[in-house]
Amino acid sequence: MKLVIAIVQPYKLEDVKQELYAANVNLITVSEVLGHGRQVGVDEFYRGVKETGNLLRKVRLEIAVNEDFVEPTIKAIIKGARTGKIGDGKIFVTDLPRCIRIRTGEEGSKAIG
Amino acid sequence: MGTTPANPINAGDTAWVLTSAALVLAMTAPGLALFYGGMVRRKNVLSMLMQCFMCLAIVSVLWVVYGYSLAFGPGHGFWAPFIGGLDWFMLKNVSISAPNADYAGTIPHQAYMIFQCMFAVITPALVIGSFAERVKFSAWVWFTVLWLTFVYCPVAHMVWSTTGLAGHTWGALDFAGGTVVHMNAGIAGLASALYLGKRIGTDKPGMHNVPFVMIGASLLWFGWFGFNAGSAVAANGLATSAFVVTNTATAAAAISWAAMEWIFTGKPTIVGACSGAVAGLVAITPASGFVDVGGSLWIGFLVSVFCYCMVAFVKPKFGYDDTLDAFGVHYIGGLWGALATGLFAVKAINPNGSGLFDGNAPQLMIQVKACLLTTVFSFVVTWLICLIIDKTIGMRATPEDEVVGIDLSQHHERAYTILD
Repeated sequence: MKLVIAIVQPYKLEDVKQELYAANVNLITVSEVLGHGRQVGVDEFYRGVKETGNLLRKVRLEIAVNEDFVEPTIKAIIKGARTGKIGDGKIFVTDLPRCIRIRTGEEGSKAIG
Repeated sequence: MGTTPANPINAGDTAWVLTSAALVLAMTAPGLALFYGGMVRRKNVLSMLMQCFMCLAIVSVLWVVYGYSLAFGPGHGFWAPFIGGLDWFMLKNVSISAPNADYAGTIPHQAYMIFQCMFAVITPALVIGSFAERVKFSAWVWFTVLWLTFVYCPVAHMVWSTTGLAGHTWGALDFAGGTVVHMNAGIAGLASALYLGKRIGTDKPGMHNVPFVMIGASLLWFGWFGFNAGSAVAANGLATSAFVVTNTATAAAAISWAAMEWIFTGKPTIVGACSGAVAGLVAITPASGFVDVGGSLWIGFLVSVFCYCMVAFVKPKFGYDDTLDAFGVHYIGGLWGALATGLFAVKAINPNGSGLFDGNAPQLMIQVKACLLTTVFSFVVTWLICLIIDKTIGMRATPEDEVVGIDLSQHHERAYTILD
């Protein structure tokens, strides 16, 4: 099992979701985060003094998948999120040793989907 | 056959002054509360709301018990130029039907009293901007009580009472409180900010809700018509003039601050426009019943230049943590306004006031003297109050409390839900 973590542009979230649903990936967690990569943020000023931080708003998706869903999930995210410009985001794939469904107590691959 | 004496009470004047009192109340709550509240970090917003709201509550009670008597009541003997007595304790002899001819001859005395109450309310509320995000609430309560009694009432007495040193004896002009309210609060803010030291980890504000700042600033602009035009204590030409110059100076100052930002940082901001407007309101306050539209344009356009430089260049250079710029905006703006009154006051607007450009050069020096008196007195006594409170119960919040946030640590309250 793997945990796929994707950081994408907020305005691409809808496209990413639609592509994931089309790839039969329906269980996701979404959170709002701040961050930057090579995309440069915008300076903010308060009464003439520059604020620290040029972090940009991003959206973070977390998707737990079985092995055979890893590639389709990655492809779907890229299809929904890619614009070709700096700031498109990143995908991280990490190992997921255990996954439990709270309602039934099921574990493992059965609990993921 | 005798004639019944004419009733001096004028319905229009009374209606306007009572309305003005309500307008000035709105300046504190919610005007200043939101203006300051939006400018602090999320975890401290309630402390600004609480301090403004409770200022209204605490000062309202103290004012009717003894505050009005100390500030406006007759002084006795040696004390007469500096502070009033307790002749009007619990509003004794302060009538609801007869006027006080010295202060406002056509409205009930208590109407004047309640109008002035709202000035006494907002002044300590202005100071909280300087020590925001790091003061214990219990210490703040004591600060407010002591500061009202030993700083506001004496300064108000000295500038506005019938026996006051600066107003009555020297002839200083302060129509609606440039010295009494703004310079006073501003320098007190500096004193307490210097005494307490910087916030932990930052000396920049963390503006968490800019829409609040704009709503607050707009309410301040709205309510300030009561502050300035109400100070004519009559519904007449002078009130009209004060209303007009207040609006004009404020508008000019908003434009001027936005222009300063455009020049120095590349883009104008809403916080800047609001800050400019507030600076304009502060500066026109002492001058509002004495200058004409031309004077008000000068006052408004220039105040933003001075205040912007103060907060954008001088403050970072010296590194004092006057968190929300009570000193940078209220003191500097008030100082400019008080001196500008000595320049631009014209007899054509108000026969009681004439400045340098109207042919009365000495007025400027009188303004300077009054400014010096207020500055030194307020700074010294405020510092002493901070010292006394700090040595007895401690004034600053503990570092842990400051990091967790004043709202949670002092009020066990959270402003916004994160989870439902």
